[in-house]
Amino acid sequence: MTMSLQSTPGATQPNWLDKIGAGHIFLGIALVLYPLVASDFFLTQIGGYSLIFGMLGLSLMMLAGYGGMVSLAQITVAGIAAYCIAIFGDNNSHLLGFGWPWWIAAPVAILIAAIASSLIGWISVRTEGIYTIMITLAIATATFYFAQQNYAIFNGHSGYAGVRAPAFWGVNWRDPKPFYYLCLGFSVLAYASILYGSRSTFGLTLQAIRDNPRRMRALGFNVTAHKVFAWFLAGITGGMAGVLLVWFNGRVSPGTIGVDAAIDVLIIAVIGGLRHPIGPFLGALVVVLMQTFAIDLVGAERFNTLIGLVFLVIVFISPDGILGLWAKFKPNFSQESLRPGL
Amino acid sequence: MRMHRRTLLALALASGLTAPSLALAADDTIKIGLLATFEGPFTVLGEDSERGAMTAVEEVAGTVAGKKIEIVKGSSDASPDSAVRAARKLVEQDGVKVLIGPLSGDEGLAVKDYAKTQPTVTFLNGASAAQDTTFRDPAPNFFRFGTDGAQWMAGLGTYAFKDKGYKTVATVAEDYSFPYTQVFGFMAEFCKAGGHVPSKSWVPIGNKDFSSVIAAIPDSVDAIYVALGGADAVNFLTQYQQSGGAAPLIGGSITVDQTVLTAKGKLRDVLVGTPSAGPTADTNDTPSWTKFVEAYKKQPGAFPSPSLFAHAYYINMKAALLGLDKVGGDVSDGGAKLRETLSSLSFETPTGKVSLDKNRNAIADIFLTEVTENADGTLLNKLIKVVPQVNQTLGIAEADFTALGAVSRDNPSCP
Repeated sequence: MTMSLQSTPGATQPNWLDKIGAGHIFLGIALVLYPLVASDFFLTQIGGYSLIFGMLGLSLMMLAGYGGMVSLAQITVAGIAAYCIAIFGDNNSHLLGFGWPWWIAAPVAILIAAIASSLIGWISVRTEGIYTIMITLAIATATFYFAQQNYAIFNGHSGYAGVRAPAFWGVNWRDPKPFYYLCLGFSVLAYASILYGSRSTFGLTLQAIRDNPRRMRALGFNVTAHKVFAWFLAGITGGMAGVLLVWFNGRVSPGTIGVDAAIDVLIIAVIGGLRHPIGPFLGALVVVLMQTFAIDLVGAERFNTLIGLVFLVIVFISPDGILGLWAKFKPNFSQESLRPGL
Repeated sequence: MRMHRRTLLALALASGLTAPSLALAADDTIKIGLLATFEGPFTVLGEDSERGAMTAVEEVAGTVAGKKIEIVKGSSDASPDSAVRAARKLVEQDGVKVLIGPLSGDEGLAVKDYAKTQPTVTFLNGASAAQDTTFRDPAPNFFRFGTDGAQWMAGLGTYAFKDKGYKTVATVAEDYSFPYTQVFGFMAEFCKAGGHVPSKSWVPIGNKDFSSVIAAIPDSVDAIYVALGGADAVNFLTQYQQSGGAAPLIGGSITVDQTVLTAKGKLRDVLVGTPSAGPTADTNDTPSWTKFVEAYKKQPGAFPSPSLFAHAYYINMKAALLGLDKVGGDVSDGGAKLRETLSSLSFETPTGKVSLDKNRNAIADIFLTEVTENADGTLLNKLIKVVPQVNQTLGIAEADFTALGAVSRDNPSCP
């Protein structure tokens, strides 16, 4: 695990282990060892998929939690990256498919997604609160319908199939274990960058803008530019998730970027909690587990009701999602160290 | 470094998520996956599919070759992604060796591609009826005992041109592979007979407002061919009736299906007299069909007559059960024996004999029908004529049929 982005050990510095935190180290070890005990299904369909949607939720959490901008267009950004991979790389839908190698296609796809995200941000930064939600929802819906009815670029309702994850260094990266580690690697990168970035000058400025944009403007900060840059960064995270998503599914179609999916991302972020970057990953795990196994619990007729009820209960008990639940119950777990503290 | 108890708790929680799959079925049960649309725009159709499949299971009292049948359900929302996700869960987590499904066209194409990666699992189609699920680039372990959307149209094009006297027809259909296949099947005959199709409208699934589509239909056409399903068909027909549309209709197989005919409202008025074709006919009075209808009606929430989705899932489930019975419920060889048995399986269904071609696609009877009002006010598909043993190339030599090209929005064309 490479959690230590600022490992500058020195006598005056706190121990780097302390900086990372015991929680992170244990979580990291657990995630790295997870493939030893998990079946292939739990590895990719639950593990990998949760990490991908966790990253999507993370890009929303970053905008909403630090920037105060709730976006419903994160799945659209991911979808743009996914479509780019299908168009620039190979597909078997007999349309476009330029056959670029992955190491060009993937960065270009992520960059295009980030630019698209900046554009969405640029359109919506002048609005606040519910209006941002409305504008981004409109963009997500419009993109969905455009993709569904455009045959020259998006290939209509069927979209693109036969998109393969790259194979290099003798590893097929869509095999369960490599794919899980690929998702884990990208997730850790996104998570650590956002955690670090939130304490950087830019991160603090963004949070200050969230709290009082007028004062920040009076102090001489370019509020719009900061917000748009936040959208660009969120677009990189969303784009990475989109690339992984299309490698995961092997296909992309308008259904991938529909309004349902857009709302799923919002649910993931809200269920998880918007206060800390770990929230979206927790939320994604709960949502993916529910969506996968609810049908086994209550049968085919009412499983969506059960999913809805669970989400309702979580938000009802704790408006701050699972993170809030944790904060609520934490005092109940004793805080004594298991061994005398350092 | 502090190590708190909560850290350990988190660790314990995390390790709980690794629960290895408990896919080991007991020896005396056989797990069969049932994949259908239990959510989204085709929910009603998905629920009726389940009734059809369960009718076949109850026919054998829930046991095959002395083993108990366990049905594991998976749900999709008619999008290919969700179908593959649900199929993965059934195969990789629940460990089913036989999977029945999915329901709709693009789902079938996606699940066929997935089937290629799971050679030890036997896939039987549900009601998905896109042509290329089996015709081009088929998967060796994917079987379709129901016929495809073009086969379902057998006889309709000729009937519309010759008996009804329609010379020009506009089409309105959903914008994905199954309606393409239906329009292909209709036009293959209709254009050959000398008819013209000057306008084709493709609408997205789940479309609510059809006013622009209705306005775009040319006034000069003799009839409108409608291939929409479920809520889309109800919405279009209601709005067409309200807009004072007078042109007679020709129905795609699922447009005048029981899932639509049982809908309330004035759309009934425009439906009566609509010719259609499909794998079933409500007024079929052969004993095997009436027996099937009686068995079907025992299912909770059943329609007055089984929809073609119930029929397709019934046929495929029945084929799976017959195959499993012949191999003694033994799929320990990765299902090789079962697939061999299925390939040569030929059996009597409520709608006549079914056998498979070399692409594992069904050859079966197709029914030409017309919507009529029953004495009790319900709408039914009256049987006009049976087109016997239609194959996937609609009786055209395979090379010539392949030369017609893959079905798409623009193929075929006869403006």
